Amino acid sequence: MGKKIRISYLLNAVGVTLIFAVLSGLFSAGVFGTSTTYIQGICTTACYTIIMVASLNLVVGFMGEFSLGHAGFVSVGAYASAIVSGLLTGKGLPDLGLFLVALLAGGLAAGVMGVLVGIPALRLRGDYLAIVTMAFAEIIRVCFCNFAITGGKTMSGILKLSTFPRAFWVMVVCVSIMFLFVRSKFGRTIRAIREDYIAASASGINVTFYKVMTFAISAFFAGIGGSIYAHYMTAMIPTNFNFAYSAELLSEVIIGGTGSLTGSVIGAAFLSVLPEAMRDFATYRMLAYSVVLVLVMLFRPGGIFGHWEFSLTHLLDKITRRESVKEGA
Amino acid sequence: MAVETKTAPVLRCQHLGIQFGGLKAVDDFNLEIGESELVGLIGPNGAGKTTTLRTITGLEKAASGSIVFDGHDLTKITPSKIITLKLAYVPEGRHIFPQMTVAENLEMGTYADKAGMAGTMEDVYARFPRLSERRRQLAGTLSGGEQQMLAVGRALMAKPKMILMDEPSMGLSPLLVQEIFDIIQEVNRAGITVLLVEQNAKMALSISNRAYVLETGTISIEGSAAELMDDPRVKKAYLGQ
Repeated sequence: MGKKIRISYLLNAVGVTLIFAVLSGLFSAGVFGTSTTYIQGICTTACYTIIMVASLNLVVGFMGEFSLGHAGFVSVGAYASAIVSGLLTGKGLPDLGLFLVALLAGGLAAGVMGVLVGIPALRLRGDYLAIVTMAFAEIIRVCFCNFAITGGKTMSGILKLSTFPRAFWVMVVCVSIMFLFVRSKFGRTIRAIREDYIAASASGINVTFYKVMTFAISAFFAGIGGSIYAHYMTAMIPTNFNFAYSAELLSEVIIGGTGSLTGSVIGAAFLSVLPEAMRDFATYRMLAYSVVLVLVMLFRPGGIFGHWEFSLTHLLDKITRRESVKEGA
Repeated sequence: MAVETKTAPVLRCQHLGIQFGGLKAVDDFNLEIGESELVGLIGPNGAGKTTTLRTITGLEKAASGSIVFDGHDLTKITPSKIITLKLAYVPEGRHIFPQMTVAENLEMGTYADKAGMAGTMEDVYARFPRLSERRRQLAGTLSGGEQQMLAVGRALMAKPKMILMDEPSMGLSPLLVQEIFDIIQEVNRAGITVLLVEQNAKMALSISNRAYVLETGTISIEGSAAELMDDPRVKKAYLGQ
């Protein structure tokens, strides 16, 4: 069993490295010509969107609570990391070190905010929780519009620390941690709470504690996503993180599949690339978006991937088994 | 009217009062359960039976009075802690984890204390052969009776001293009700104290040692099950005679 797990980790590591090698190979070979920077930018966008969407899925898919304020946590992370990297510039830290410190600061700030919002909010369920999270994101936005330290209306001059390779590897690490989290005993406890919180508490599970923890972990990763965002955009206005942004993240979770990290990764990547690819039809983007959402809800209420998770080991098993059957025939 | 318990009380509620907003749901509730007793708490809809159980388990706060289980004060306890005192709660309405397998559901029962899980699980399977056949099946696909068995089985996984059962007969066919009540009686014979909250007074009295009748938030009648079955008030109101 242990060996099997080790092999599957190794396989996944190889797979991820391959994807990275192919992408960066394409970029350095100049296959895209003059639009290389542009496409690299889209890929970076996809990376941080994946982190944000996957982290929201922890709350929506695995804990089964509705949050409409994920952009609030993203913005806390974005601003906190930008402030930290601004303060630490010129203190002799190498770029990569500065980037990682900023990420951690952004994640921690958002995580602490997650605990603070979670403790009162998670006594509520369903619609009420959705409204409270939405209100929280709005409050944060208005605060950032008025605080001097966040630059008032715009914060600019943030160091451009988010390169594609960094964003990619941070994304890989974050998604792996979230995956392990979901598969852990902690993850099963969260599933139990989602399915029946009365039975869960009768079994000795401290429901509030686990809900607040999950909320905080989700906020932590949202903050990391926001940190990459800030150091990629280099300038931001609080209105970027409005309700529409939260709703966009939520719809990506739902389209990809609530309760499937694979769905979040593919959904987020796809929906980051799609608007760029369809720039000429930008006016119709939101329209197409809503149509897709309605179609998914009608035909696949659990999202495209439902609870299904992609597994490289299973895939290889399938391929090799099929080959051995052929050999036998 | 007071009845002496057989031994020192395991659970004792004294002058318990519970309020919802300004409304008194339960008032001056007194109950004593001795070791290995099977005690029924019967009464009509809305009398406060479930509210009382929810208060004992910490899901509701008591406004006044005391609840003592095995030397521990339960009025300040959180619901997730009661199982660590070996007091198990089977909530009303078959609360199981539908998207988990039968085995996983049972494992959740030992959440508070993992030690000796494997042995206990075999004991539970021996008691419920039908659960054993369905170990790998999702709990949501079980029949109503099997789900109720699973809920009882999960409570047994924690090796409790006492089980609080809320309306185990709810929504089950008469045949299954009989089966569940047989199981409760067996569990009790194995030395586990049971407080059985039921609307089905006849069934509850048929297996209980003693019983309390709760009406609009106060205990109106208490006594041995045999006494209650002969009590004209109980006969008229609950047994349809």
